[in-house]
Amino acid sequence: MLGQEVVSAAAIAASVLFILSLGGLSNQEKAKRAVWYGIVGMALGVGATMFGPGIGGYGWMIPMMLIGAAIGTVVARKVDMTEMPQLVAALHSFVGLAAVFVGWNADLERRRVLAAQLAESGTDGFSAFAATLASKTPAELTFLQVEVVLGVFIGAVTFTGSVIAFGKLAGKVDGKPRQFPGGHWLNAGAAILSLLLAIAYLNGAGFWTLLVLALLAFFIGWHLIMGIGGADMPVVVSMLNSYSGWAAAAIGFTLSNDLLIVTGALVGSSGAILSYIMCKAMNRNFINVILGGFGGSKGEAAEIEGEQVAIDTGGVASALNDADSVIIVPGYGMAVAQAQNAVSELTRKLRSAGKNVRFGIHPVAGRLPGHMNVLLAEARVPYDIVMEMDEINDDFAETDVVIVIGSNDIVNPAAQEDPASPIAGMPVLKVWEAKQVFVCKRGQGTGYSGIENPLFFKENTRMLFGDARSSIDSLVPMID
Amino acid sequence: MKIGAPKERAPGEARVALTPESAQQIQKLGHECLIEAGAGVAAGFADAAYRDVGVSVVDDAEMLWKQADTVIKVREPSDEEAGRLHDGQTLISFFWPAQNEALLERCRASGATVVAMDMVPRISRAQKMDALSSTANIAGYRAVIEAGNQFGRFFTGQVTAAGKVPPAKVLVVGAGVAGLAAIGTATSLGAVVRAFDVRPEVAEQIESMGAEFLFLDFEDSQDGSESGGYAAPSSPEFREKQLACFREQAPEVDIVITTALIPGKPAPKLWLEDMVHAMKPGSVVVDLAAEKGGNCDLTVPDERIVTDNGVIVVGYTDFPSRMATQSSLLYATNIRHMLTDLTPEKDGVVNHNMEDDVIRGSTVTHAGEITFPPPPPKVKAIGASKPKPKEKEPTHEEKKAAEHAAFVSQTKRQVGMLVVGGALMWLLGQVAPASFMQHFIVFALACFVGFQVIWNVSHSLHTPLMAVTNAISGIVILGAVLQIGSGNWLVGLLASISVLIASINIVGGFQVTRRMLAMFQKS
Repeated sequence: MLGQEVVSAAAIAASVLFILSLGGLSNQEKAKRAVWYGIVGMALGVGATMFGPGIGGYGWMIPMMLIGAAIGTVVARKVDMTEMPQLVAALHSFVGLAAVFVGWNADLERRRVLAAQLAESGTDGFSAFAATLASKTPAELTFLQVEVVLGVFIGAVTFTGSVIAFGKLAGKVDGKPRQFPGGHWLNAGAAILSLLLAIAYLNGAGFWTLLVLALLAFFIGWHLIMGIGGADMPVVVSMLNSYSGWAAAAIGFTLSNDLLIVTGALVGSSGAILSYIMCKAMNRNFINVILGGFGGSKGEAAEIEGEQVAIDTGGVASALNDADSVIIVPGYGMAVAQAQNAVSELTRKLRSAGKNVRFGIHPVAGRLPGHMNVLLAEARVPYDIVMEMDEINDDFAETDVVIVIGSNDIVNPAAQEDPASPIAGMPVLKVWEAKQVFVCKRGQGTGYSGIENPLFFKENTRMLFGDARSSIDSLVPMID
Repeated sequence: MKIGAPKERAPGEARVALTPESAQQIQKLGHECLIEAGAGVAAGFADAAYRDVGVSVVDDAEMLWKQADTVIKVREPSDEEAGRLHDGQTLISFFWPAQNEALLERCRASGATVVAMDMVPRISRAQKMDALSSTANIAGYRAVIEAGNQFGRFFTGQVTAAGKVPPAKVLVVGAGVAGLAAIGTATSLGAVVRAFDVRPEVAEQIESMGAEFLFLDFEDSQDGSESGGYAAPSSPEFREKQLACFREQAPEVDIVITTALIPGKPAPKLWLEDMVHAMKPGSVVVDLAAEKGGNCDLTVPDERIVTDNGVIVVGYTDFPSRMATQSSLLYATNIRHMLTDLTPEKDGVVNHNMEDDVIRGSTVTHAGEITFPPPPPKVKAIGASKPKPKEKEPTHEEKKAAEHAAFVSQTKRQVGMLVVGGALMWLLGQVAPASFMQHFIVFALACFVGFQVIWNVSHSLHTPLMAVTNAISGIVILGAVLQIGSGNWLVGLLASISVLIASINIVGGFQVTRRMLAMFQKS
């Protein structure tokens, strides 16, 4: 058995290691080391707590950990990089559910300890948490109840929200926004009811209040995310990431465990920043995204004149052969078509022909922050030619050929040129400034926001209709 | 259908409307191609080259005009050729219907359909058959080459053992297709190029070709994009300013290339006699508008003259014919595209669809009627892009003031937030027990550290960031670990499940992060 001093020291070490681990993600090379800081920190934190004072139930704990570790390993090995968004959402739901359970447990234990104290039977047999509880003052116990409510509520919202996000990302739930009649009034009603239940609970109502509270929060999480469309998932997943952190922090307060608080706060702020970045990249505020898709547009979008001109792969190939500089702008369509390996092959060929090939990545391209980067990395595209929007946006004017693969709204000039457009003001990749733009697209449909893209009608744009993967595949042999 | 190209009879004309290359493409449309013997020789295409690709070579012009359903030509038909046109026949060539009314009437009377290549509307879809542009492009290129031929020095500046050579200074007046081609050619030869145009919106195009745009500060500058991409006549005040600008340039520049044309009007006089006299001896003026009277006062069409002060003024009008092979290749391609549009089914049947903007616009006689001038096209010409007004550069004081204002507002916001935050803390401290406040300090600091750290995370690593935060948020396992030893079976069960799923999270999260990070490879 380790003493309390060792546990505290391990907790401090783990906190520092977690911070280093997140800080190390500032660049690709450091990140490979940083992930080890995280692993060591986790091992220290969990190991010290496990063998700390007052812990029991090893007969359950260790087998459960081993099973969990085995499942985690299998999932992590098997998952395709295109399925990362689903995996991340699924993992969030676990944190949420665990937070709900731990919150419930905290209340059950509190009741047990209070009962024991009333009965004046000794407190010797208590486990770690119960022993801490037994030493708390009544004021502290009231605060504990507030923390339990918060932990359970946030955890429950995270759980169902993540499950729905997982379903939508995996295509198991329809990606379109859906809500019950009444929309957000239902959510608001459920939230008010939860508040009433929380007050009742604080005033001494039974354990059932926590159960109902969790059910209401389950409903809110489910209904809220059902009302959000597929392309807003980067924001939703970041938001759930943030919630899972806040839930962990709330549980940390309940358990008076600083390591949990620190980690929860780190994860919570990380998710909050990611959500902020994503919202900024869509020029929408957070509330607008969460409370439901694109509202009514502010006016008639400008009429688009001209026609979409199609081209075949031969035409694209000859333009690529003539070009010196090429920028590829991938979007969710590339992930859907699984075209990243074909794109990588194309990039390799173009680069070996001495052309300057780069990638322009919009922050909300894909269904997860940084999704495109991971897909390209998997396909062995070197990361130093994969640029962020701000890094590359001024270079389009000097670029010979831009290939847009499966993205639409993030290259829509209407965002900058047409103040009446529903996406007006959203920062976009200015691909149309290049000499030639080829758009690889399945058909003539509109993007997620349902608005026409004037890019497709520009004089220097040619449309390469068809499945992105087979188009790029047939393009590769024609490059010399 | 039979498509026939006769030999050009106009003096000095070396081009031909059909090349072996275009013939192959036209045959793919289902047509049969004929050519008059010797028609391509001046442009470098021997009869044998045509025979090789399956074109029938017809011995004399009269036979060809009789046999061909569609005659393709470069120049407008001569009187003799117009006489050969017959009912139902189609003629495709340059025609200049506005200047050739008598000829137009003759063609109408013959019942033939005439498609004028110079009337192709300037819309994006018709660019591939815009023979005026392809011809102007050649003229612009050739003008520079011709100027180089007359000019006694290098274009590019050089420092040699034998001394330093300054680069030639070239002024291009009028930045249409020809002007831009001239700019491109001259800059790539190494000259310092300046260019002028009355339409300020072409400044960007001029600069993109590597020339300096001579900016004329004039209130009422016109918007040339409204007149289909051509310049319109300018006001006398504007003209004065413009000439003053040229006068200033004249002593400096070595080569002047003028390309200013106004549709249906004689060329404006822009390079006056006194400007020519102000130029250095050995300087060259190439006047591409010579055919329409010339932009330069001293231009003599079709001739090269040398002024008293040694300036060479070139007034040739046959620049495209001086590069007959290139011109023929491009013109024949323009014609081929026109035939492609006329044969939409690719079955060798010409469908003269008068509903089509391009075909309607370029047809000047059809079915015994004169169809010139055409109605305005349904699709608007070149998208008018107005030049953006230059943003005023803020002065040093203004910049300082703006920075100061930003600093003050930022300070106000930060202090405000600190005060509000502090007040909230104080309120919380009133009700919360001390142990809670201790944890709360830790929480606040961790949030603060988190915000600072996460902002530095590279955008490209956001997915690994989510995976790693996922893994570490599995730290809720601690909560379950602390509770699992409880005697209560329900608590034990819930805690066990929590341990299980949190372990999945931790192990899965870290492993998938490592997998992802290993994929990021530097080139």
